[in-house]
Amino acid sequence: MSTLDPTVGLGHADAHDHEHHDIGFVKKYVFSTDHKMIGMQFLFTTLFMLLVGGSLALGVRFQLAWPWRAMPVVSQISQVLGGPDFVAEGGQISPEFYTMLFTMHASVMIFLVIIPILAGAFGNFLIPLMVGADDMAFPVLNMLSYWFMWPAIFCFFMVFAHNGLNGATGNGWTIYPVLSAIQESAPGSGAPQTWWLIGLTFVGVSSMMGSVNYMTTIINMRAPGMTLFRMPLTIWAMFITAILQAFALPVLTAAGFMLVAERVLGFNFFVPGGLLVNGSEATVGGGQPLLWQHLFWFYSHPAVYIMLLPAMGMVSDMLAAMVRKPIFGYKPMVYSMAAIAGLGFIVWGHHMFTSGMNPALGMTFMISTMMIALPSAVKVFNWIGTIWGGKVQFNTVTLHCVAFVSMFIVGGLSGIFMAAVPVDIYFHDTYFIVAHFHYVLFGATLFGCFGAIQFWFPKMFGRSMNETAGKTHFILTFIGFNGTFFPMHLLGIAGFPRRYADPYIHPYMEHLMPMNQFITICAFVMGLAQFILIGNFLISIYCGPKVGRNPWLANGLEWFAPSPPGHGNFDVLPVVYRGPYEYSSPDVDDRDYLMQTDNIRRPERDTGPAREPADVDGQNNS
Amino acid sequence: MGNKFWPIFFIFWPVVAIITCVIAPAYGWWFPTPPLSKLGVQIDNLFYLILVIVTVTFVGTHIALGYVLWRGVDNREKKAWFSHGSHNLEVLWSIAPAGVLLFISLYQLDVWRQFRVTSSFPADTQLLAEVTARQFEWRIRYPKPGREFKNSMEVKQWLAGPQDGDLYTVNDLRIPVDKNVLIYLRSMDVQHSFFVPALRIKQDAVPGTVIPIWFGATQRGDFDLTCTELCGWGHYKMRGRVFAQTEVEHGQYLKTLEAEQSFDGVTKPGTSGAMVASWGVSDSVKDDD
Repeated sequence: MSTLDPTVGLGHADAHDHEHHDIGFVKKYVFSTDHKMIGMQFLFTTLFMLLVGGSLALGVRFQLAWPWRAMPVVSQISQVLGGPDFVAEGGQISPEFYTMLFTMHASVMIFLVIIPILAGAFGNFLIPLMVGADDMAFPVLNMLSYWFMWPAIFCFFMVFAHNGLNGATGNGWTIYPVLSAIQESAPGSGAPQTWWLIGLTFVGVSSMMGSVNYMTTIINMRAPGMTLFRMPLTIWAMFITAILQAFALPVLTAAGFMLVAERVLGFNFFVPGGLLVNGSEATVGGGQPLLWQHLFWFYSHPAVYIMLLPAMGMVSDMLAAMVRKPIFGYKPMVYSMAAIAGLGFIVWGHHMFTSGMNPALGMTFMISTMMIALPSAVKVFNWIGTIWGGKVQFNTVTLHCVAFVSMFIVGGLSGIFMAAVPVDIYFHDTYFIVAHFHYVLFGATLFGCFGAIQFWFPKMFGRSMNETAGKTHFILTFIGFNGTFFPMHLLGIAGFPRRYADPYIHPYMEHLMPMNQFITICAFVMGLAQFILIGNFLISIYCGPKVGRNPWLANGLEWFAPSPPGHGNFDVLPVVYRGPYEYSSPDVDDRDYLMQTDNIRRPERDTGPAREPADVDGQNNS
Repeated sequence: MGNKFWPIFFIFWPVVAIITCVIAPAYGWWFPTPPLSKLGVQIDNLFYLILVIVTVTFVGTHIALGYVLWRGVDNREKKAWFSHGSHNLEVLWSIAPAGVLLFISLYQLDVWRQFRVTSSFPADTQLLAEVTARQFEWRIRYPKPGREFKNSMEVKQWLAGPQDGDLYTVNDLRIPVDKNVLIYLRSMDVQHSFFVPALRIKQDAVPGTVIPIWFGATQRGDFDLTCTELCGWGHYKMRGRVFAQTEVEHGQYLKTLEAEQSFDGVTKPGTSGAMVASWGVSDSVKDDD
């Protein structure tokens, strides 16, 4: 790579001038093929869906704190919104309504918020900018990947609309057959369940188009000098995620088609014979319900990493910039992400320890599951190592990154209880697991996303977000989050099962109601705090202080582009000379960052044996 | 110092978390009962072992995190430490957790084997009942009192369908205390899960499959039985109970049940002493939920 021309500053600025033609509103803002616009479309959509999913969660929380009470506000407007059943109940949450709430909360949050905000919003926006490409490899495919979200959103809307809120699908986001396969088994197992499955397929098509695009772009469209081991960890994470998605998703899609075929066309995959469900005729099939669980979790466990790895990558980038220090152990970070992804394919059975599968499988899945904690631990130690000796500046981004690390530690450690099969016998399907995955998916991933919004906002809109509002949002969310989810560990230890509309009819759980009320109050604080984020986000688009190309004095290629980048991203084609984490490098005296594009002559350095071996590890050697 | 607020904040929350856990048992935010089965004791011991390891890690990592943040805001150097990591540290913190995790997982295997591997079931386990879950109740079928099963063929035959002299109840499973009993779990419609928190037992009931599970209560008592696999809108109210009695009481209970169910409507209940007692017993314990 050293033979490349140092092009920076040599007047290539006019290379893209011919592309600045007017393309009209629809092509620019609606059916755009520009990865930045698509990323922002994803971002706006997912932030809206975050509010939808959050409201559903608050419904769940309300019922658990004050069972069978009429919901405040909602009961007043239920006349308009809820349909006849809902009005008849006076705004009270019925059991079938409750099952719908947690089902759709999970479905919306997983499929319409977390996966699309990571891969769709940040993946789209950051990949071409960070690898130094002018756009994605397949811009039209990219546009389609966004617009295939809308049929999915429509289908999910039809889940509510088809039979009314009480008849919406309530089989959990895992939709285990037989409950989801036989239409008579529950009020929501009819047509809404089919809508749900079709919606899921659309989300899958969207993700698949994205993942093909990301892989191709990262492999083929890197800027000159951007070797694989000079890529920012965000890009590594997106790359590994795309691979995960490409290999795991077809299984879920196939399983979804099988279930639709079973429900609609009379096929038989999951329903065994001789069942008498809810007074319907005895079933005739020769299916096996566990088949669904295997197929479903073969996707959905890797999906957990799809929902986490990109946030890990983004936090690594943000953290290094905020503490002005190179990432501690860049290559171990890459390898541990790859290990998480690889092991992620052979741990799905830990969702099924109590399912009745062969007990020998329980043993093997326990060992592989325990082993996946290892790369996670390595990553945590490396993040702490990154902060070690840094110059920490506590702004909103740092806070979210540190919260990410702290929450991920809790989420990771609580996972060990459930990875251990005998202990899982007790904890399976209790609130302990609810606490665990919220610590990972909210505590880690969403805090990472909130930090990332603040961090890359200047690049998206050329303005920065408000710090005071950002910190207020952070502290309320952090306190609300821990107040909501930490006590859930204790609920789980007390044997409080998930998905119960009214746990208090069981005497051993009666005394847990005050704690649930506390949790609900914390959840409402957390929910309301999100309006600060949304407000800050929307207002800053128009009123935030304008910033230049590199407001964080960071190293990545995206900071080399204008803010916001024009069509084609870079006014000067970037050439990469080093990895993205050369903060505080002794090679420059006047500043503590060294951009990937900076072409400086390295001063003579002592390369004798006295040097720290780690000093050059992973950098400049490929 | 103003700039120390955030490091303190990030050290403060783990302290609150630990305090919450320490005071939790006093408020009932802990296991509802001590483990009332031998297997449950082992499971709890494993839980506490993991809890210790996890707490040490949690405290250790958060002290480290707090320390680096504290030092980081105080860093008066011109530049941060220019370090890309340390190979030795990477090796150390890969191997150490690997050892701990491998130890945890291998150490767990035995309890799991005892609980679930059929050939490792205790030799003195006796067949007690068939439990069939349906929306939203537990149907229990005992074999005719005194019936012996000589081999697995006979058990299979019994499981194939109702037989003469079988006894039936709903949501009320009686077990003899201090005995290892075996139940066959099945489902009539959708998935359910048989969860008895006091005995630390949980097993899904899978349609089309018959799953044997064994347990032994070490204490007399009335234990809650709940469903922990989503089974429809009434999932939450699928409440049953497991009633551990002495062997004599249990035998008497089965006799009473037999007398009730074979009562032909003609013979006066008063003619049998056991019958009279039986009405009293079953009325007082009947649970209509």
